[in-house]
Amino acid sequence: MTASATAASAPALARATPRRFGVVLLAAAAFVLLAAAGYVFPRWLTFLLTMAAGNGLVSLGIVALMRGGVVPFGQGMVFAAGGYTAALLYNKLGFTDALGLAVCGGVAAVLVAAPFAPLLSRYRGIFFAMLTLALSMVAYGLLMKLDALGGSDGFNVGRPTLLGQKLPDDRVGYTLYLLTIFVATIAAVAMRVFFDSTRGLVTLAVRENELRVEYLGGSVRRAMAINFVVAAFCAGLGGALVVLSLGHIEPNFSFWTTSGEFVFVAILAGWQSVAAVFIASTVLEIVRSFSSAYFPNTWQLALGLFLLFVIRFLPRGIGSLWTKRRGH
Amino acid sequence: MNAVVTILIDGLTYASWLFIVAVGLTLVFGVLKILNIAHGSFYAIGAYAAASFVAWAATMKWAPGFSIVAMLLAAVAVAAVMAPLTERGLLRFFYGRDEVLLVLVTYAMFLILEDVTKLLWGANPYYVSEPYSLFGNLHVGVQTWVGYDFFLVALAVVVGLAVWWVLNRTRQGKITLAVIHSAEVAASMGVNVSRVYMAAFSVGIFLAALGGAFTAPMISVQPGVSVGVIVVSFAVVIIGGLGSIEGAAVGALIVGLARSLAVHVAPVAELFSIYIVMAVVLMFRPEGLFQRTQARKI
Repeated sequence: MTASATAASAPALARATPRRFGVVLLAAAAFVLLAAAGYVFPRWLTFLLTMAAGNGLVSLGIVALMRGGVVPFGQGMVFAAGGYTAALLYNKLGFTDALGLAVCGGVAAVLVAAPFAPLLSRYRGIFFAMLTLALSMVAYGLLMKLDALGGSDGFNVGRPTLLGQKLPDDRVGYTLYLLTIFVATIAAVAMRVFFDSTRGLVTLAVRENELRVEYLGGSVRRAMAINFVVAAFCAGLGGALVVLSLGHIEPNFSFWTTSGEFVFVAILAGWQSVAAVFIASTVLEIVRSFSSAYFPNTWQLALGLFLLFVIRFLPRGIGSLWTKRRGH
Repeated sequence: MNAVVTILIDGLTYASWLFIVAVGLTLVFGVLKILNIAHGSFYAIGAYAAASFVAWAATMKWAPGFSIVAMLLAAVAVAAVMAPLTERGLLRFFYGRDEVLLVLVTYAMFLILEDVTKLLWGANPYYVSEPYSLFGNLHVGVQTWVGYDFFLVALAVVVGLAVWWVLNRTRQGKITLAVIHSAEVAASMGVNVSRVYMAAFSVGIFLAALGGAFTAPMISVQPGVSVGVIVVSFAVVIIGGLGSIEGAAVGALIVGLARSLAVHVAPVAELFSIYIVMAVVLMFRPEGLFQRTQARKI
């Protein structure tokens, strides 16, 4: 078992190492560029990009699961878990550090998701989608009814601090923007490394044919369970960061249409490219804010047509525009 | 004792409209292999159309009893307009694609229909109260029940029997069953599969609209009704087993009773009792109650 695992991972590692260096370089460049650009961007644009990066983290997790051939339709649950955790820690315990809150959000989402991971790893296709949907709706129902958590109105969250520094009025938006894209960059690089690792490649093999993976000695269920937990961590990070920027949280974070939007972004991005996820997320935020400004009554219509267009003409997502077909 | 009767009757009424909607959903899945998120939108459109038709019937000075006919006509009209539009105009381009991708196609359809409904009928609520009082009240013990609720139960039974009879006792039904079993083999035997798809989808939409039209008198018809119906009817068909008519009936009963039990015993749990039941069923019967497990292909 050990010998075969080493043999399998050796060529993967050999290919991955130079690529990994390039990925880190590219990510660092993208971060520096975005950070510098954010300094001159108008406030609405940095806010839009903050939301895009925060929501993109959730979709990044969905992509991790999509690589194994399953699509979760209930990531709103872990998104809300992260968000509520950050908000509650801030309001009840007075812990205000933004980075710490984000990490706590991720960890809380993992704690929420982990008990379900072994169970969900048995399901595929529609059943996986519907079970995750059911879980998120249970969470939604609970959040609506728990008055301690603000019930259906949710509650507000104050302004966080960062590394012991108070954030002044004129800089809070930019600082949270920096933090969010920083976390998103780290998560994107980590995810790329994870995708190219042996376990990540096993996930791809599961997508192709899971029985063969079992015959070759891989554990499909373990791969799926781990992907689910990884996805939850990303979603929790995203939820916490979004809440800190929004300053408000409500049960709708866990509603199924919220989850649907995350899936929308993941489909738009495709499962090949990590960067595509954040581009897709930005596209959604732009479509959302422009259509709600210019045609508020038909923005869902625009979104639906857009989604149909993508599925019909770009079935592998916008990531397929620049990712070479490898072995397909 | 009274409480038990209340829970049972409430559960039964809830189950009956749920069954009408879910049986359409399960039929569409059985034949076309599409889990239709937009099913809830057709339900909503059915309810809106019923509101318009009943109002129109009132201006035409029809006898009050004919509002039932107006609601039926509304459901027929919705199916006649929407089915060709969505199946021929959209879904057929995606046949044969991955099931989950098809869910997303219908999700897009749901988003579009959501706004189309708002454009056509506006955002204000509609009330269709006339038919609700048509059947008078019924006294059981010390409690009073609205006759319309029992009418709904009867309607659900009729719908269920009709669908069963058509599928198992008519030529068209047998052809449909053959397509459900294997569209490829059916096609090679000379069955016009796309016509069966079209017919099944139309019936599915008709049932969704019928459910919507006949619940319209019990609710206020406003944006958002579709969203709630979708997940609940999903729960029903998942519990029963996708594509199974009997499953939809049993699933609807289970969900209806679970919900009314929650409403009367533990109101806090109302919103999620259904999903807990669904999760529990899926844990022990991953394919639903009435679904044979299929062998995996290597």
